[in-house]
Amino acid sequence: MSLPCSALDPSRPLEVRRLGRVPYAEGLDLQARLVADRQAGRVPDTLLLLEHDPVFTLGRNARAEHVLVPEAVLRARGFDVFETGRGGDVTYHGPGQVVGYPILDLAPDRCDVHRYVRDLEEVLIRTCRDYGVAAVRVAGMTGAWVGEAKIGAIGVRIARWVTSHGFAFNVAGDTAPFGLIVPCGIRGRGVTSLESLLGRAVERGETMDRLASHMAAVFGRTIARA
Amino acid sequence: MTDVIMPQMGESIAEGTVTKWMKKVGDKVQRDEPLFEISTDKVDAEIPSPAAGVLKEIRVEPGTTVPINTVVGVIAAEGEAVASAPAPGAASAPTPAEPARPPSAPATAPTAAPTAAPAPPRPELAQADGGTAPPPRPEPPKPSPAPAEKPRSDMTVDELRQSRSSPVVRKIAAEHNVDIRQIPGTGIAGRVTKQDILGHLEGRPGETAAQPAPAAAPAPPRPPSAAPAPAAQPAPAPPRPSFPAGPRVEIVPMSPIRRKTAEHMTLSKRTSAHVATVFEVDMSRVASLRQKYRQAYEERSGIKLTYLPFIVKATVDALKAFPVLNSSVEDNNIVYRHDVNIGMAVALDWGLIVPVIRNADEKNILGLARAVVDLAERARSRHLKVDEVQGGTFTITNPGVFGSLFGTPIINQPQVAILGVGTIEKRPVVRDDAIAIRTMSYFALSFDHRIVDGSDADRFMAHIKKGLQEFDESAL
Repeated sequence: MSLPCSALDPSRPLEVRRLGRVPYAEGLDLQARLVADRQAGRVPDTLLLLEHDPVFTLGRNARAEHVLVPEAVLRARGFDVFETGRGGDVTYHGPGQVVGYPILDLAPDRCDVHRYVRDLEEVLIRTCRDYGVAAVRVAGMTGAWVGEAKIGAIGVRIARWVTSHGFAFNVAGDTAPFGLIVPCGIRGRGVTSLESLLGRAVERGETMDRLASHMAAVFGRTIARA
Repeated sequence: MTDVIMPQMGESIAEGTVTKWMKKVGDKVQRDEPLFEISTDKVDAEIPSPAAGVLKEIRVEPGTTVPINTVVGVIAAEGEAVASAPAPGAASAPTPAEPARPPSAPATAPTAAPTAAPAPPRPELAQADGGTAPPPRPEPPKPSPAPAEKPRSDMTVDELRQSRSSPVVRKIAAEHNVDIRQIPGTGIAGRVTKQDILGHLEGRPGETAAQPAPAAAPAPPRPPSAAPAPAAQPAPAPPRPSFPAGPRVEIVPMSPIRRKTAEHMTLSKRTSAHVATVFEVDMSRVASLRQKYRQAYEERSGIKLTYLPFIVKATVDALKAFPVLNSSVEDNNIVYRHDVNIGMAVALDWGLIVPVIRNADEKNILGLARAVVDLAERARSRHLKVDEVQGGTFTITNPGVFGSLFGTPIINQPQVAILGVGTIEKRPVVRDDAIAIRTMSYFALSFDHRIVDGSDADRFMAHIKKGLQEFDESAL
């Protein structure tokens, strides 16, 4: 393992920023700046929580045939389409989905990408549990699953052990756009949301609180408000 | 010299895929500067350079998955880079050279099909490498120590076989200036294995890595005589053309793609025992289904529903029922392929290309229709990726678009059969003792009689015919 791991900040703060509704491109820019700042040690570990305008994103491993509809048609319907540097296949983000972008330095004690992904799954599973929803891992299919349906998706980028991208948690909203793609390249499985499982409205801010506190707990950080 | 390795990004991670190199061979790189990107599972990671210097070699190309700790590249300190720079072309750019392998590569088409993106001929590669290595001190270019390889299109079949060696073997050969073709191969189809080459090296007296091995370097393909011709003597006459060039005769050398196509076509004819069988298929049901769903598909997905997805679907089902038609031949073995990857010949103004619909058996009609449109469009705009013209297990060609009733296409090696779809048109036919107007087409199958019996071929065709005539509407 030749990758350098930087010194440990004993206080290990996690700054949580809530950004509201953000166009996907802006989210990318912000992440890029934060990653550079985090690598340089100018900012602490940061968790961005936000929602996106409707957008389809293609990860590095995305297969074109997993978008079932031509890009032009998607755009005509008001969806943005982005190719991004995260891992994973194609997915959809839109209103009703809480997106979390942890910009964490995994060094020196958590330099393991699989562990990181499993930890993010843990955050999603614990958050579901708070609502009485039993989400599980499914071997070979990263994310949080309730029965046959995915409630939380994960796609991650790591540069010098600083993370970006992250998770998308379906709180509410229209899951129909997922029908236009094969989410994450996994066929034959659907997508669900917290609200559709509970049959009631879920307050977005509360979900964000829970996600943030589970992030802090799972990663051994202390929440510091920005 | 520092090896760049595929890092272990986690305890349970055994391999990684290189997705992108941020530097080219010859580029300077700082220590810790992002050098390449890898991808494992759901994670993309940017890997910093382990040392400062010049990227001397990229050994693992994007898209390739290798075990952790595999050397993916080499960084040389700056002085060092010059001394050992002229990396033998064959090794320093191991383009997944598979595209150039004759028997498995050819995305080559039946009636005239060049591969789209095969590796360029070796000599170009060698040159490109020499050119990119930065020479701070101008030095007279030394004769390249690399064993000059012939362009593949000029190789004999035996030579092609022998040069089908693994990247490891090619790398060892390049490092030691050995011409692989000089080594007797004991591997599959005469391939030179790692043991073969290591054994050859051990047995070789006074191995001197720095010196070119003159004996091993074959003459470049063109000059027929190695000795310099006396100045006065006219250039050695090429074989006398039947029609000398003149005002009424124009002589045009074949393009590399044309040569490759020609080579592949004759190779295929020499290799397979071609037999053709022709079936008449009533396409009326498919025509009406197409009519019925056309608009919905167009509105729902922006996809133009053609006959081809139906034909692909029926073919895939038949391949599942008769796996031998989805196989290939290697030596005395029949290689059954569990993936069904359908090549479809696309006519272009510069030739023909056969993009591949991968895992066609996992797609429904919409997925097939999308793949057909997408691949055809990108073939025309030359935006196909190398792996999109490789790995086909069966090919469909459609001479009917030009009005042909049926043809007997040439098999796309190493496959064992190819389906040609004739023109689809209304014809008078006898139904229930009356003359009816039906939408008809002739389907012709060329198959390799070495391993496919006529009964299998005909039952396979009957399966396709039935699948189309009784097309299952629920698949739409």
